[in-house]
Amino acid sequence: MAAVQDGPIELEPENEIKTETSNEVLGNPGDASGGVPPTAPVAAVATEKPAAAAADSTERQTLLAVLQFLKKSKLFESEEILRREAGLLNEIGDSQGSGVGGAGLGGGGDAEPESGDASSLLSRVAGAAATASANATPAPAKVTPVVTGGEDQPDVNVVLAAYSQQGDPVLYPVYYSGLKRFIDSVLDCHRAELSQVFYPLFVHMYLELVYNQYEKEAKAFFEKFHGDQECYYKDDLRILSGLTKKEHMKGNETLLDFRTSKFVLRISRDSYQLLKRHLQERQNNQIWNIIQEHLYIDIFDGMPRSKGQIDSMSGSLAGEAKREANKAKVFYGLLKEPEIEVPLDDEDEEAENEEGKPKKKKPKKDSTGSKSKKQDPNAPQQSRIPLPELKDSDKLDKIMNMKEATKRVRLGPESLPSICFYTFLNAYQGLTAVDFTDDSSLVAGGFADSTVRVWSVTPKKLRGVKTAGDLSLIDKDSDDVLERIMDEKTASESKNLYGHSGPVYGISFSPDRNYLLSCSEDATVRLWSLQTFTCLVGYKGHNYPVWDTQFSPYGYYFISGGHDRVARLWATDHYQPLRIFSGHLADITCTRFHPNSNYVATGSADRTIRLWDILTGNCVRIFTGHKGPIHSLAFSPNGKFLASGATDGRVLLWDIGHGLMIGELKGHTDTVYALKFSRDGEILASGSMDNTVRLWDALKAFDDIETDDFTAATGHITLPENSQELLLGSYMTKSTPVIHLHFTRRNLLLGAGAYNP
Amino acid sequence: MAEERRSKLSNTLLPTESMKGIAESIGVSQMQEETCQVLSEEVSYRIKEIAQPLYGFHAQDFIPFRFASGGGRELYFYEEKEVDLSDIINTPLPRVPLDVSMKAHWLSIEGVQPAIPENPPPAPKEQQKAESTEPLKAVKPGQEEEGQLQGKDKKKLLEGSAMKLKPRSTHELSVEQQLYYKEITEACVGSCEAKRAEALQSIATDPGLYQMLPRFSTFISEGVRVNVVQNNLALLIYLMRMVKALMDNPTLYLEKYLHELIPAVVTCIVSRQLCLRPDVDNHWALRDFAARLMAQSCKTFSTTTNNIQSRITKTFTKSWLDEKTQWTTRYGCIAGLAELGHDVIKTLIIPRLQVEGSRVKAVNEGPIVGNIDKIGADHVQSLLLKHCAPVLAKMRSPPDNQEQYRVEYGYLGPMLCTHVVKARAQAAMQAQQVNRTTLTITQPRPTLTLSQGAQSSRTPSIIKVPSSITLPMQTLVSARPSTPTQPSPPPTKFIVMSSSTGSTTTQQVITLSSAQSSVTSTSPVTSTVPSLQPLVKLEGGHTQGAGPLSGGGGASRTMQKYIVVSLPPAGDSKTLTPSPALESNSATSVKLERADSPATGNQSPQPSH
Repeated sequence: MAAVQDGPIELEPENEIKTETSNEVLGNPGDASGGVPPTAPVAAVATEKPAAAAADSTERQTLLAVLQFLKKSKLFESEEILRREAGLLNEIGDSQGSGVGGAGLGGGGDAEPESGDASSLLSRVAGAAATASANATPAPAKVTPVVTGGEDQPDVNVVLAAYSQQGDPVLYPVYYSGLKRFIDSVLDCHRAELSQVFYPLFVHMYLELVYNQYEKEAKAFFEKFHGDQECYYKDDLRILSGLTKKEHMKGNETLLDFRTSKFVLRISRDSYQLLKRHLQERQNNQIWNIIQEHLYIDIFDGMPRSKGQIDSMSGSLAGEAKREANKAKVFYGLLKEPEIEVPLDDEDEEAENEEGKPKKKKPKKDSTGSKSKKQDPNAPQQSRIPLPELKDSDKLDKIMNMKEATKRVRLGPESLPSICFYTFLNAYQGLTAVDFTDDSSLVAGGFADSTVRVWSVTPKKLRGVKTAGDLSLIDKDSDDVLERIMDEKTASESKNLYGHSGPVYGISFSPDRNYLLSCSEDATVRLWSLQTFTCLVGYKGHNYPVWDTQFSPYGYYFISGGHDRVARLWATDHYQPLRIFSGHLADITCTRFHPNSNYVATGSADRTIRLWDILTGNCVRIFTGHKGPIHSLAFSPNGKFLASGATDGRVLLWDIGHGLMIGELKGHTDTVYALKFSRDGEILASGSMDNTVRLWDALKAFDDIETDDFTAATGHITLPENSQELLLGSYMTKSTPVIHLHFTRRNLLLGAGAYNP
Repeated sequence: MAEERRSKLSNTLLPTESMKGIAESIGVSQMQEETCQVLSEEVSYRIKEIAQPLYGFHAQDFIPFRFASGGGRELYFYEEKEVDLSDIINTPLPRVPLDVSMKAHWLSIEGVQPAIPENPPPAPKEQQKAESTEPLKAVKPGQEEEGQLQGKDKKKLLEGSAMKLKPRSTHELSVEQQLYYKEITEACVGSCEAKRAEALQSIATDPGLYQMLPRFSTFISEGVRVNVVQNNLALLIYLMRMVKALMDNPTLYLEKYLHELIPAVVTCIVSRQLCLRPDVDNHWALRDFAARLMAQSCKTFSTTTNNIQSRITKTFTKSWLDEKTQWTTRYGCIAGLAELGHDVIKTLIIPRLQVEGSRVKAVNEGPIVGNIDKIGADHVQSLLLKHCAPVLAKMRSPPDNQEQYRVEYGYLGPMLCTHVVKARAQAAMQAQQVNRTTLTITQPRPTLTLSQGAQSSRTPSIIKVPSSITLPMQTLVSARPSTPTQPSPPPTKFIVMSSSTGSTTTQQVITLSSAQSSVTSTSPVTSTVPSLQPLVKLEGGHTQGAGPLSGGGGASRTMQKYIVVSLPPAGDSKTLTPSPALESNSATSVKLERADSPATGNQSPQPSH
């Protein structure tokens, strides 16, 4: 958090000195490379802006490309300045003598592939990111005056100090209502698009007034226009309304979000031209400057979007995602299942004995044969992320899984799953999180009184390993030594795990059922052994409450996210995180692993969902459209789709490959806390604070969408209004909010929640 | 909408008085207005910053503040209930809260939600109500309200509108339901009382009976029809108990079945003969019981459309007025009317007391007609007395004069008079019992009440150590931060009343000056006696009362009670116990309460209501 928020502030003085030169440097390649004649200034802006203000990774690449260009053009001096500016000073020595390509691509001088390069840079970028972004932003500012031919050329200070610009405070409402009138008068097709400008403009104008200490005017401005804003910005507006003094602006998170990130709008070229012409005609530099400095307008060619299209995508804290943000290739396919020999009869028996579930033997067909498909073209390389090797016990479990899979119920609109609901009674202390093991044999609950409890839902009781003293007495050569080490005396149906010093918010079983993760308000993530029922590790890294954590489907890795706005990737045997995913503008409220373990999705209170590549650490998808903090995520079993649920009670469906929203499921009346796809992905189950479990026809939802090239290219989707057709069932509990859902291997749906009398 | 949002987002600030108040509470006086202004802005902003919307679960309870206003003051306070300390001491310790446990049930079986107690009733009561009152709007469970707005559904509705006029309701019962129905009905009319109790309990609580309701209703109405003819009193009683159980079930809405149930119930009220031996069997109880059921259903289901109450009233009145009506039916009619409430008694029964009295008189004093008529008349007489006396007690003001009653109500007058007198005495006694609280301590939040009667020997331990108890209580009184509405409180006055059993009451006034209220940080529990004594200044009066206060010799006067009474302002004392006991001194009782507004206080205890 500190890095994100304080960065720009700390760096202010430094930048002031340097920007002069950097502007020159950045200005040059922009003109030359684009080859755009000055007669088409808009195009220049359009091409320049994405390059300058894109996400960190894109920024790096752009910088490297610019460096390369400078080298080619023999502008060594400029190159060096830029290099220094961008914080790549260290590399200069390495790459000075080397060839052009080497210097440009291999920032570290290493011969890594490009993506790896980016990630290795990431650590350095983290420190320099602020510099880089601050550095990059002046570019459009520099271009702007040329375009507008404006009288008061905005100083660099303006950009950095954000709001020091002086304008007549009395005129602000005039400007704003002038724009409002204009937008009301334009053609219908443009009005919806241009109306997007209102909210960011309103906020920035208000902040400008506050910053310049026109308290009374600011209040009047707020009073006059805040009612016009879309209702989903209500929470942000409430925070804003409290902020009336310049002193308040320091350390206000919402404000910092607006300063550090540009509000992103997607507007068609025609609408944009219209707006620009209007503002220029009116000489309305106040608004024009704000648009130039604080908004990022993503201009596209083609038909303006309809109100519905815009509404479905807007609502996040910082506007929509840029189109570039969702262009990276995502390997959403599944990893190939490891070849496991067909269980012979005797092995079979052994396996069953091991599981303690005697069953009658049945000669099975070779089910593994059909499972081993060809490599999915969309799947990542098997070794893209090093995964732990399968242990014997894992293999046995996989065999069990396959067997169960053959008995799996085929679900569909005609055959709905049965739902078994586990109600937690007497949970006065507050049940906050629940998880089931994949084989549905154990349930764990996290409570607000800092405890974690594990239950066995099978007749098999929970047994810990005996104490060291007792263990020494065991005959270690006996056949049933694994049985003998377990302590029968203390066996019980449930075990309590004590260790956290704050409410437990997230909980996750390891796939092999040997470990349990829990994260808490005390800013730690704890790893518990389910052999000894003790805490093994406390992972400290987050500085604030950790809202969610989850094990990778292959074990070993886990992800956590919390109030400090970053998600961390950990490995169980490292006490420090392997990756830090930073970019969300508010708390990360839920974290989920992609089934292939190469990606994680994070949902946030900034009302966006991000997908992160574990290998590179890059954000590869940003999904906007929710109108409230996101509280649940679920990947479809085939890895292609993502479902998300938020406080607005809506469930949204996303196509990961295309980076598109593809569906909206309306029906819940309160926060959706639990989402789960059935084992074969036919049914999506959602559980909510409104005490209902709802079942949706996922197959139909995914079938109905047509992702033609145009939609994929523009990202403009029109959502079908078919929630009612997709809703297959709605089941009300008596008074139990549903906080977790889980499909057993045979497609029985398990739900969990605490009875709320 | 915009207006609503506007009000929500309005930039509210804490009043500057709060700043002053807080400053004074920590010893900073004489704050400048400007300083307060600046402070309040800053504090308001910071509070808003902290008070972010909560994630997760919401508290369902209201914030426990109550609002009161009076004398130009507005104030929010905690609802402070008086707690009887001796009761607390004497009650056994509450059980340790149960540990968290997990219970599994089927929320749905292959898409269908089973009707088991763990699940909500298949058709919520609201929906049943909607179905019976607005059949066209009826929605099947699971169907969304939104769905109707969609074009498709609208079309459906239009196409099938002719059919939809009659609401479809499935009357098919599953095998389990049929079994249940059989078991329950058999148990209800069977001979085993324990089984019957269980069955009735099930009817009264089970949430899944919605679909069986038509069957039950038919069962009851047919059962009554048959058993009235056979004069089977026991079965009629069982059937009425079933009606009661059905009405008690919180998940059922009976409106749709009243056309069957009401005739059955009314039959049990007014039927001429309900049993084989009218002279011996107590069919009167059944009539009373059924009358209560009738009144209950009138209360629950009577609407302007179905007019149940007025129709029922008309029926009863008509047959009551009929000269030929039998005593049994007459009794039923009166009972049915009387159960409908005081207003009905006042307007319909009392005006007819004279007529009815002469009829009773005719039976009692006239030629002997027969045993059955005599019994009937007796019952009618006692019924009238029972129901009319409380109403008359309210209508008329004492004194009650036998002669006057006779003039007004005829034959029944003198008996009514004695009943009314009794009713009055009873009411007074109840009121007195309620008011026997003797020691009330009101403290900022948790409240204690020590209660002891004059003869109370059950809590000697409390009384013997008055110093250890009463003194901390006084701290509670003084340990009150000055409220914003009361920037500089004048000395708070308390009256200490001490009395031995049978002796006259003595009064003292203790003045606690506000300057000392800056000792607020001292927690009442930890404060010690010596540190408190200077706080109490006794003004005048008996020194006798001060003895135990200062922890002196209370040994000989074990039965003495001390209570500090502060004077509640006249308008602000709704929550305080009325204290006629204080006035009359009948019970030695003393109160200790906080003065909310000493400005209006005076030095004599006021009975308040």
